[in-house]
Amino acid sequence: MKMSQNNADKDDQTSATKKTISLPVSRVRLIMKSSPDVSSINQDALFLTTKATELFVQHLALSSFNNGSGKDTNTLSYSDLAHTAEETETFHFLTDILPKKILARDYLNSLEQMQEEDADF
Amino acid sequence: MAERPEDLNLPNAVITRIIKEALPDGVNVSKEARRAISQAASVFVLYATSCANNFAMKAKRKTLNAGDVLAAMEEMEFERFMEPLKEALEVYKKGQKGKKEVSEQKRKDKEKKTDSENDKSREEEEEEEEERMEEEPEAENEAEEDEEEVEN
Repeated sequence: MKMSQNNADKDDQTSATKKTISLPVSRVRLIMKSSPDVSSINQDALFLTTKATELFVQHLALSSFNNGSGKDTNTLSYSDLAHTAEETETFHFLTDILPKKILARDYLNSLEQMQEEDADF
Repeated sequence: MAERPEDLNLPNAVITRIIKEALPDGVNVSKEARRAISQAASVFVLYATSCANNFAMKAKRKTLNAGDVLAAMEEMEFERFMEPLKEALEVYKKGQKGKKEVSEQKRKDKEKKTDSENDKSREEEEEEEEERMEEEPEAENEAEEDEEEVEN
């Protein structure tokens, strides 16, 4: 049973879905199924999620580049992405996996400050 | 089921290509940025799945359908994806349908030919035989796809 499912995935990719999507639907299905509540997904829903993920990647990359600091140097860096995750409402759900990087020195300073404030009370 | 954690990553090569296509020519994307976008894409899939699943559960359905995914996009405030998604789904459905129609038509044509023209030259017959052989694997694929839909 498992074999035939895998084959069907491959056939999907080489035929109908080839022109419209480039991410592998089998992998997207695997990620979707890793969610414990999900029991089954129909073909159209799988196709749409895959396509949506591609649109999402484009949208995230482009808005991070356009609002980022690398426009003059023609670069897209991690900090541009972290900035977008923090500043853009629709990308807020990414803040956990795209945390802003700060220097250890700054972090220690702010930690010290917080402890001082605590001591004051 | 996912056996290793890296099974939940999307292929880097494809992600990189999609990023390149979205950005103006010649933009340099750091390795760290590429990895972050790829991880963000996996999280996006999970988030969308969980939203879509909520809609399916509300309607007491066990199978996620296209409407659930579109409703999830709206809830996630990615309305901007709705139109391109609907268009892509149309194309996808036509492709699926078209494939079936083409092979159906071929079969009908062949039946007609064999019915009416029994006095065919040998050369033509050989040609037909070749066509039929090409067609067979496709018919098999369809059977598998159908089976999969039922399973889901």
